Amino acid sequence: MGIRGIIKGLGITFKHLFETYSEDLKQGPDRYKTAEGIQDRLSADTKGIFTVQYPEEKIPVPEAFRYIPFLIYDELEGGERDIRCTSCGICAKVCPPQCIWITRSVNPETGRPIPKPEKFFIDIDICMNCGYCAEYCPFEAIRMDHDYEIAGFDRMNHHIYDMEKLLKPASYYAKTHPVQYAEEETARLEKEAKKAAAQAAKAA
Amino acid sequence: MVNEGLNKPGVDIPEEMQNQVAITTLDRIYNWSRSKSLWPMMFGLACCAIEMMITASSRFDFSRFGMEVMRPSPRQADVMLVSGTVTKKMIPQIVRLYNQMPEPRYVLAMGACASGGGPFKEGYNVVSGVDKFIPVDIYVPGCPPTPQALLHGLITLTKKIETEKLSEAEWYRKDFEEEIPVPILGPDLIDPRNFERIKQVSREQLEAKVLDESISTEDTL
Amino acid sequence: MSDPILVSTIPDFHILYPENVHQDERPGYTGFIVQSPFLLEFAKAIRDDWGYDFLTSVTAVDFFPETFEVVYHLFRSLGGGVLTFKVVLPRENPKIDSLYNIFPGSELQEREVYDMYGIVFVNHPDLRRILLWEGFAGWPLRKDWKEAYFEEESKPFSSRWPNGEAVRSESANPFHANLKYPPGFDPEKWIPDGEDALYMGLKQPENSDGMNTDYMIVNLGPQHPSTHGVFRMAALVDGETVVDLKPVVGYLHRNHEKIGERNTYLQNMPFTDRIDYINAMSNNFGYALAVEKLMGIKPPERAEYIRVIMAELSRIQSHFMVTGFLLNDLGAFFTPALYALKERELILDIFEEVSGSRMMCNYFRFGGLARDLPEGVLKKIHDLAFNRLPRKIDEMDELLTENEIVTARCKGIGILSAERAIALSAVGPILRASGVPYDIRRADPYSIYDRFDFDVIVRYHGDIYDRYLVRIEEMRESARILQQAIKQIPEGPIFEGKSQYQVKVPPGESYGRVEGPRGELGFYVVSNGQPNPVRYHIRAPSFINLTGLQEMCRNEKIADAVAILGSIDIVLGEVDR
Repeated sequence: MGIRGIIKGLGITFKHLFETYSEDLKQGPDRYKTAEGIQDRLSADTKGIFTVQYPEEKIPVPEAFRYIPFLIYDELEGGERDIRCTSCGICAKVCPPQCIWITRSVNPETGRPIPKPEKFFIDIDICMNCGYCAEYCPFEAIRMDHDYEIAGFDRMNHHIYDMEKLLKPASYYAKTHPVQYAEEETARLEKEAKKAAAQAAKAA
Repeated sequence: MVNEGLNKPGVDIPEEMQNQVAITTLDRIYNWSRSKSLWPMMFGLACCAIEMMITASSRFDFSRFGMEVMRPSPRQADVMLVSGTVTKKMIPQIVRLYNQMPEPRYVLAMGACASGGGPFKEGYNVVSGVDKFIPVDIYVPGCPPTPQALLHGLITLTKKIETEKLSEAEWYRKDFEEEIPVPILGPDLIDPRNFERIKQVSREQLEAKVLDESISTEDTL
Repeated sequence: MSDPILVSTIPDFHILYPENVHQDERPGYTGFIVQSPFLLEFAKAIRDDWGYDFLTSVTAVDFFPETFEVVYHLFRSLGGGVLTFKVVLPRENPKIDSLYNIFPGSELQEREVYDMYGIVFVNHPDLRRILLWEGFAGWPLRKDWKEAYFEEESKPFSSRWPNGEAVRSESANPFHANLKYPPGFDPEKWIPDGEDALYMGLKQPENSDGMNTDYMIVNLGPQHPSTHGVFRMAALVDGETVVDLKPVVGYLHRNHEKIGERNTYLQNMPFTDRIDYINAMSNNFGYALAVEKLMGIKPPERAEYIRVIMAELSRIQSHFMVTGFLLNDLGAFFTPALYALKERELILDIFEEVSGSRMMCNYFRFGGLARDLPEGVLKKIHDLAFNRLPRKIDEMDELLTENEIVTARCKGIGILSAERAIALSAVGPILRASGVPYDIRRADPYSIYDRFDFDVIVRYHGDIYDRYLVRIEEMRESARILQQAIKQIPEGPIFEGKSQYQVKVPPGESYGRVEGPRGELGFYVVSNGQPNPVRYHIRAPSFINLTGLQEMCRNEKIADAVAILGSIDIVLGEVDR
């Protein structure tokens, strides 16, 4: 039995080891703990060490990234919250493992439903992060969160998210999903302008 | 640098001696040494196991936290990462493995399935959460949790370990029950701790069924 | 394509055997209905006279409350479309002849049908429960069998909206757990079945030389570092030599098919991600094809290209992973695996950017895709396909292929001949390593694979080494397909109209299959026009490839059994479903 193959293999492993130090020399201290350094280690040209040192360095999540869903509210003046959800129930219907529960608000005087949720629950022990609720929501009211650092010690009391826990402001959404948010905002403004124009035409 | 997490706060050490001396308590050094060398058990169940392996591999590399040695044997492991769907067919083995782990031992439930059944909760062969059988120290939600989420869970676990006290640790108590009875595979999963309840409910169901049948036969008569 | 067998359509069996074979004339259904007593004769005839030598899938459908139907899918190892035939059985005491003696590849699948439906296969050599355990009460896939957490026949459940109040399913169950016992059950009198039947099934050879040796049973798994998950092998060994070996599966049986029958069509898509969790994109592809066939729609051009790109990236990362872990099994602890996982990470980054999740992509929709490629991703794929991946495949090749230990451990081990591979229904790299050039992308092209120039990789020894070589070469071919697809990809929509969450699926059946990294991945879907399927069956390649494990391991050393298992490339999510 020869040892040519083994020596060749050792050469390749040595090359991998060596590349780390040669890249360190080439790139200098910017290689670690900077956004460019992380980006370089994620790119197709990465060489040598590949480790991203969580928690000091974090891999940026792409915009499409999906974890646990959250509900969006628009901040009104005076600190009031305008919940976008109209409790239409599409997310609860489309949810594959059926982890969403919604109670529709009812006007106590007339008994008619109001398009606002009274209660909204998501059991994150069932949720499969598929993103259907966000994808099929017609009111841009539910989106997938990017926050994955949610490990906890107690699931019985904390893992059924209620509305308080699910609600997050639109500004947060604008930060995590900049492209999608901008697209939705322009579409909304256009729609409103059209509506206003139609109304103006009607009034005239 | 070494005594950063070790030195007892409130004790002043002269500056020139700080790199040589640390004054600490027994609890602190005990917790420090354990939390910095958590050896996980090499134990994968489902999809999450792949993310667990990725966490061990080059990009995330949890050996940076002293977890480099993944033990295939429970006898040498400190933390069991329950990564994936726990099925009824598998739970006897999981309980047995847990029983074989030496104390102090920790369990991390990785992902929705291990925490509470996950998307497969409604399935007939799925245990809704590994905590039905073995005590879980930390839950990492997600389906599957990304490697960074798992690392966050592991770091949180080490923080939990650092708050423990020797005098209160349950495995040093006299009444500590080491063994969890291994479930039995019957017509459905049987937990030996629930014999009485199973017997009672099945008897009630039988009575209800007999009553039902007698009513329906009366109807046909 | 001038071969007469290739171009010939399915023969008119109902004219050839007018007494015993009828055409399935229900709208939306295809194939033939065979009378139960004629089954064996028919199976022999189609294998020997008509060239349908490859039994790809055996399953059953419960048409509650009327009948059971056992459904067989076959094809020719020379190429061409699928032949479907069915046998109708009564729901009371269903019995059918086992095809084991004609198609040995049906062994595990018939056990699965027995396990799920209680259909007895007469003359099956080892008819035991396979995914569940002996003693389990009930036949879970029968429509009148309800699981412990049963809520309603189909989703969405009405308790969720408009008056939904979060409840854990446990609280509705009398045992506060996912449990259900027959009425009057007494746990103290229960005697567990044990595993005698399994161990009795291990055959000891006849002693011819008059020497008496003691055999020993060794269990590997379900918790074992080399079994790629929760797989178990019960091996009968003579010293270190494996005399007989049986796979024991079901430790990850997550009831995909039962849940799939409650789900709507779209809700099944994210569940398919979790079947073969290393390779979500191909699963999406297969399921989307099956349902699109039923609906009679096709995705737009750009979507087809993106689908192919994703499926091929998925194949490359899966092959990287299995090559790395095969070396782990051989004892090269983790260096090759780490190099492989590094490349896999770069591909997963693309999946994450495109679909939102690293592993559970959920990217395909019926008639298109969830979203278009974000900006900059195509360039990343370009960099990988033209530059990095070919380079890294070469590096892997150089690192391992000529390594003396690899060749010593792999060459001539775990041999499966071409005839046996076909008979045992092996698919994918295993079949091709045994010398059968069968690749669905070429043999029965789906999507737009007929536009690409690529080779079907074949090797002829049928051992571990050849399977490894086939995978390395296939990665190169996948990179070739990627390069062509990136050059040709057009601009345009990725979805006609707007994606709907309720899709109308006309009644009928369809079998969609793709060439996944592990071989033929098929989805058999039966619809009755309702929002949820009547039957949702997954033809899992790595499950059926396990049928050959026993034969490959016989007379090898026990340490090689681990390597053979590694070369089959099982994913437990897919084996147990």
